[in-house]
Amino acid sequence: MPFVDSDHDSGPATPMSIKILIAGGFGAGKTTLVSSVSEIKPLRTEEVLSEPSILVDAIDGVENKSTTTVAMDFGRITVRDDLVIYLFGTPGQHRFWFMWDELSFGALGAVVMADTRRLADSFPSVDYFERCDLPFVVAVNCFDGARRYRPEAVRAALDLDPGVPVVLCDARQRSSSRDVLVILVEHAIKLLTDDKRAVTSR
Amino acid sequence: MIAVPDERWLGRAEGPVVRPYALTGGRTRASGESVDLLALVHATGNPLADTAFLEPEHAGVLRLCRTPKSLADLASDLDLPLGVVRILLSDMRERGLISIQRPSANPLTDARILKDVADALRRL
Ligand SMILES: Nc1nc2c(ncn2[C@@H]2O[C@H](COP(=O)(O)OP(=O)(O)OP(=O)(O)O)[C@@H](O)[C@H]2O)c(=O)[nH]1
Ligand SMILES: [Mg+2]
Repeated sequence: MPFVDSDHDSGPATPMSIKILIAGGFGAGKTTLVSSVSEIKPLRTEEVLSEPSILVDAIDGVENKSTTTVAMDFGRITVRDDLVIYLFGTPGQHRFWFMWDELSFGALGAVVMADTRRLADSFPSVDYFERCDLPFVVAVNCFDGARRYRPEAVRAALDLDPGVPVVLCDARQRSSSRDVLVILVEHAIKLLTDDKRAVTSR
Repeated sequence: MIAVPDERWLGRAEGPVVRPYALTGGRTRASGESVDLLALVHATGNPLADTAFLEPEHAGVLRLCRTPKSLADLASDLDLPLGVVRILLSDMRERGLISIQRPSANPLTDARILKDVADALRRL
């Protein structure tokens, strides 16, 4: 076990952490995916309520009325003693973007869960990750009774760049969720090596 | 009045608001630089001069941070919102009770480390 007997100055190197975001619309399967591959725990953060009367209160200094808490899914996978993967499941609605900015900072990449019955719900997530240039994959959750679509049809509907992986998955299956994460990491490695090649060939 | 949000998950997620912010003296933001979600918090073991300062939540932080813990793990294990824990941490750091290390060298630019990550995931 690292750290147990170490003091801060001479102890082993701090573990490295990898952050992966799990995004997608309401009910798209984010919690299911995080819990099928990791120890899932709830994590709460604060949301500032923008109700006008509450803002007035805040100006008067009664700050504690202006926030409420929202929950996200939080999971961790220990790769080695010195390497941990953290998963953060975040709601896809615009009003939660205040969390996304913090979450995407330093992240390896993101999984956008898409429900083919409500594909439009994944637009904001796709837009967001495209804009901040974060590697992402789209995982199409195959819900019971929903029509099956080919990945290419989903790609066209979401207007994705040709390089963005689109995979069918069943978030309830550990192996399926795991495959989605592997594809994301491989995609990130590919973008990284492509970037390096672009730099060295300049 | 605050409109009740219609999202199912938000209703489920709403927790006690009053107690955590009483603990922080009504502050909703920590002073100084924001602690990264994955920053590691470690109890220093330094004695505390002002024992009246110590609330059960501070003691909880100290107990959990005998070995380094990420801010996200801490908030989750303490069942407190992130912002509250950030305020506790900045107060505790001021008193020398904890040290906070930023996440170490960025592994995201090292393809070898990322290949280890992919391999580890494949074995899950
Ligand atoms: N058939 C099928 N059902 C799924 C799949 N993934 C999730 N579900 C079910 O869909 C429902 C919603 O899944 P959640 O994981 O709670 O979705 P979520 O994105 O976390 O939802 P919110 O946090 O409420 O936005 C649950 O009843 C799951 O069991 C899947 O791949 N296939
Ligand atoms: Mg959920």
